[in-house]
Amino acid sequence: MTTSTPAASRWQRLRDSYLLYSFKRDWGAQLCLAILLALVTMALLAPWLAPTDPYDLAQIDILNSELPPFWIDGADTRYALGTDAQGRDLWSIILYGTRVSLLIGFGAVLLQALLGVVFGLLAGYLGGRIDAFLMRLADIQLSFSTLMVAIVVGAVVKATLGGGFYSNHAVLMLILIIGLAEWPQYARTVRASVLGEKRKEYVDAAKVMGLGSRRIMFRHVLPNTLTPIFVISTVQVANAIISEAALSFLGLGMPETHPSLGSLIKAGFDYLQSGSWWITLVPGAVLVVLVLSINLLGDWLRDVMNPRLYKG
Amino acid sequence: MTTLTEAQAQHVASPGSPPPLLEVRGLRKRFSLSGDFLDQLRFKGGRLVRHREFVHAINGVDLAIQRGEALCVVGESGCGKSTVARTVMGLISPSAGEIRYAGERIDRLSPKALLPYRKRMQMIFQNPYASLNPRMTIQQTLEEPIRLHHPDWDRRRVRDKVTEVMAAVGIEPDWGGRFGHEFSGGQRQRIAIARALAVDPEFIVADEPISALDVSIQAQVLNLLMDAQRERDLTYLFITHDLAVVEHFGTRVAVMYLGTVCEVATTATLFATPRHPYTQALLSAIPRLEDDRPQPIRLTGEVPTPVNLPSGCVFHGRCPHAEPRCRREVPVLRPQADGSRVACHAVEEGRL
Repeated sequence: MTTSTPAASRWQRLRDSYLLYSFKRDWGAQLCLAILLALVTMALLAPWLAPTDPYDLAQIDILNSELPPFWIDGADTRYALGTDAQGRDLWSIILYGTRVSLLIGFGAVLLQALLGVVFGLLAGYLGGRIDAFLMRLADIQLSFSTLMVAIVVGAVVKATLGGGFYSNHAVLMLILIIGLAEWPQYARTVRASVLGEKRKEYVDAAKVMGLGSRRIMFRHVLPNTLTPIFVISTVQVANAIISEAALSFLGLGMPETHPSLGSLIKAGFDYLQSGSWWITLVPGAVLVVLVLSINLLGDWLRDVMNPRLYKG
Repeated sequence: MTTLTEAQAQHVASPGSPPPLLEVRGLRKRFSLSGDFLDQLRFKGGRLVRHREFVHAINGVDLAIQRGEALCVVGESGCGKSTVARTVMGLISPSAGEIRYAGERIDRLSPKALLPYRKRMQMIFQNPYASLNPRMTIQQTLEEPIRLHHPDWDRRRVRDKVTEVMAAVGIEPDWGGRFGHEFSGGQRQRIAIARALAVDPEFIVADEPISALDVSIQAQVLNLLMDAQRERDLTYLFITHDLAVVEHFGTRVAVMYLGTVCEVATTATLFATPRHPYTQALLSAIPRLEDDRPQPIRLTGEVPTPVNLPSGCVFHGRCPHAEPRCRREVPVLRPQADGSRVACHAVEEGRL
């Protein structure tokens, strides 16, 4: 009991943390984070970076359709990456499309995490019948694939509220569908770590203190289950973006007037064999790079935060 | 059975005296081993029957703790002493029996109705590495109970209280911003004690508070607990398996075996003249330095499983003085001439 240096600040703790230490030594993780940040910045700044507004019909000329990117003969200097079948600038529309994809990806994961964390905490902490009910619900949910849920929900909404309603609220619909379809991933992970945490004596100490269940769950147990939540969040964002792209490719996602990366790929797919390969492949490459960088970052995070490899 | 239980006998003996601070009567706790309803169904002889098994952790424990004393509960692993502590604190609900605090029954209260008692009774846990929330600073850990029980206090008063309890347990008040993992086991246990003292309780249940600590630290923490008792007028229910600690710390001792109390006596009486055969065997096993010490009593066999309790006295299978009556009849705690209470047929019959 001789050390009496003042307590370290939050910033100081981050600087001394194993997380940052490992990040500084892993160039793969640095590269992935750089690419991801670049893509996110580009998406956020799309209205300022894009030379044209792809949502503004007045700026589109059908005569400019299917122009190739700049390194191929016949390219128009105004359209660096060429144009799509409707004459929209591919660069602009990819910026806007990435924006939509990221919005859906993060929105859906936020919804998944919200539902999953609350249900997982309740199931794990309260146990008994509530646990059995919520986990069977999760099993049922998991037995439907995301695609099937999307097809059913999409069909029902289109039939009751009309196709116009669906395409007008496509972003919201996709967030809801992907969010509702994948919450069991979170619920199971959270429940598993809650089961481990609630046996520890600090939970008993909080009970003896007289704290209510809600406060113990959210103030004591939840902060100690955050590590696995962070790790699956990265994977889930990538999954949600892929799911969105798949749904859009099947025509269940974003409409072509308001495209995401997935619907761009779908739109260009029809022209792939007629020689206009860039309409599909360029957004496809952006999607692959985006998902790959998120996944690799998640992989790195899982290794760093694995308590078996490093006990922090 | 027409004989009086210990608690009843006590009431008859002293009708006018104030009730004990904590009184436990006929406490039983069993834990199911059989899972949920579907797991319990068995197919036996062509019929579906419901088959259930229980671990009988406590089987009729009577204890009374007077204000100002330190009652030590000793016994080997699995004898139910920790279950008694956790039941008293309301972490586990009893299967049968009652718990009274200052005369009021507390075992069936709602969490809200229990809140005033939470302020009066606190608990210290065995493992200081698990009893502090790893994501909370020491300051947050210590402020939490104070804020809960004194919602009207302003920030400054809460902080002053935290500083006071930290000083009381020998922790530098400017370490408040640190986390539990930055401290050693002994320091963590001091912090856990500070958390218990923060709401100014009058009764503390300590569940093996020093057994996870380094031997050199054990004495420090034990002395800290004794100082706190003197300065704050505390009453302890102290669970331990270390008889040397009992001799140093306890005013009275209750010896438990397989979920029952077999002997309750003041520390001096128990160590001088143990009456129950199990207590005698337990005390003879303490290592001593004298050359002429008698051979330790060797008990044969193992502790029976608490799933299928032995009939009669739970100790009869290993007792050198067991007779047929011990196999049939469960002995009750009876007051002895020297003030102790012993649950043994042999002692009652004068054979021992």
